[in-house]
Amino acid sequence: MIVADRKPIEEILNSIKDYERIMLAGCGGCVTICFSGGAKAVELLASQIKMAREKEGRPIEIIECTPERQCEYEFIDELKEQLASGPATGVDAVLSIACGVGVQAMNERHPDTITLPGLNTKFMGYPIEHAVWDERCAGCGDCVLEWTGGLCPIARCAKKLLNGPCGGSADGKCEVDKDTDCVWQLIYDRLKKLGKLDNLKVVRKPKDWRTSTNAGQRRTKFEEAML
Amino acid sequence: MKSGSKLEKVFAAGEFAVTAELGPPQNANAEAVKKKAQYCLGNVDGANITDNQTAIVRMSSIAAAAIAISCGVEPVVQMVCRDRNRIAMQSDILGAAALGVKNLLCLSGDHQKFGNHPESANVFDLDSVQLIAMVKKMRDEKQFLSGDPIKEHEPRLFIGAVENPFADPFEFRVPRLAKKIAAGADFIQTQCVFDVEKFARWMKLVADEGLHEKVYIMAGLTPVRSHRALRYMKTEVAGMSIPDELIKRMEGVEDKDKEAREEEGIKICLEMIEQVRNIEGVAGIHLMPIGWESITPVICERAGLLPRPKV
Repeated sequence: MIVADRKPIEEILNSIKDYERIMLAGCGGCVTICFSGGAKAVELLASQIKMAREKEGRPIEIIECTPERQCEYEFIDELKEQLASGPATGVDAVLSIACGVGVQAMNERHPDTITLPGLNTKFMGYPIEHAVWDERCAGCGDCVLEWTGGLCPIARCAKKLLNGPCGGSADGKCEVDKDTDCVWQLIYDRLKKLGKLDNLKVVRKPKDWRTSTNAGQRRTKFEEAML
Repeated sequence: MKSGSKLEKVFAAGEFAVTAELGPPQNANAEAVKKKAQYCLGNVDGANITDNQTAIVRMSSIAAAAIAISCGVEPVVQMVCRDRNRIAMQSDILGAAALGVKNLLCLSGDHQKFGNHPESANVFDLDSVQLIAMVKKMRDEKQFLSGDPIKEHEPRLFIGAVENPFADPFEFRVPRLAKKIAAGADFIQTQCVFDVEKFARWMKLVADEGLHEKVYIMAGLTPVRSHRALRYMKTEVAGMSIPDELIKRMEGVEDKDKEAREEEGIKICLEMIEQVRNIEGVAGIHLMPIGWESITPVICERAGLLPRPKV
């Protein structure tokens, strides 16, 4: 899933300071699971914004909604009527608490209204315990998990090393953050358990980063499903 | 000869090699490099020119190396993977060789978190093992990493790598060294040795694998002037092993004058040189007197490492 944190309230208030009527749009997908952008988060943020604006003597009207997913046209096209321009029914802006994908989909499908981000989108990962998420995938486009024992050194090593741990791996922890496990220690331990330590003896060639973000925006097609 | 560097010749002659660190300044002062080069001149076989070590911006290691060469000191240019992609690295390798550099030490590089620009992006297009392989390909196959030919004047470099015998997982440290050798390393400099017992254990594993016959291994040594430096390294630097006895020994001279404290630090370093020299497979030492470069000639002299062999 995609994990995101809410932006600081001051930053959000500043981004909507010129508006009197906004739509606050959550997302029923990943950010609902990580608490930052679901229906509950919409309700909470809306009341925070309203309180802050009332205190300033400049009340704001907020239309709340949480489409099933902001990253699919079919779910956000439904918002068209509510967004209709004009002071009577329209809104001045949308504040989205979906991930950056949702914010961009909203802007693309509703070009007459600006959609502003209320979250900082962080990574692809999963919860390792209640309310704690860890990064697991960097979307490099050329998966190496086959030979690493299912642990990603691209997403989880601060130096993206492919040939083993750097000299800063100590007591199982990464030198960059002592609360973070050294993924190369984890890889070593896992491969040892699986009897596959030979995987680490191979000199891994430089990675072809063209499949990652270095060749610009990526596109993927599933030919069989194309209309 | 792979490179014809002085360091390579010293090893080839079977001599115990000595290198020392020469840290470039955090400014554009060539005189600062020349001054430090004088500490190395005639006392070591190569001066390691660090590459923005601990991710603090300093004069380019290649530029500082050119200044060292002008002083008659043979540089070992350090190159880290943190700041440059494969295009810039190959370009700098050609440039370094054109300026007369004959030794290149390949490292991953300290993470930018530890330096003075923690907000910077890092690169790590290659890792240190891949950098070693790339330098070897340029030298021996006369090809760029892409496979394009280097039609003439390929860079002839003696390839160095580092290893930290004290980092984890300990059991993987020797296989990792083997990978660096397989990739093309000609010589190895280790992380600072304070824990000679652990270093000896690691060297035993290295020798058991016969790796000391494939590569020249230099033990890294750092002379210190106070127990505080040792304590700092023990608690703040990941992958360091510092025995408590050493800290106690330096604490014992804490109340004495500067000269006596320094003398104790020198003595410890000299004892360590003696100890590592007697470990099978140790082909030399690499001195890293952090912020105390002026001590290099003193240590070389008192350790009986002078004069350096004429090769």
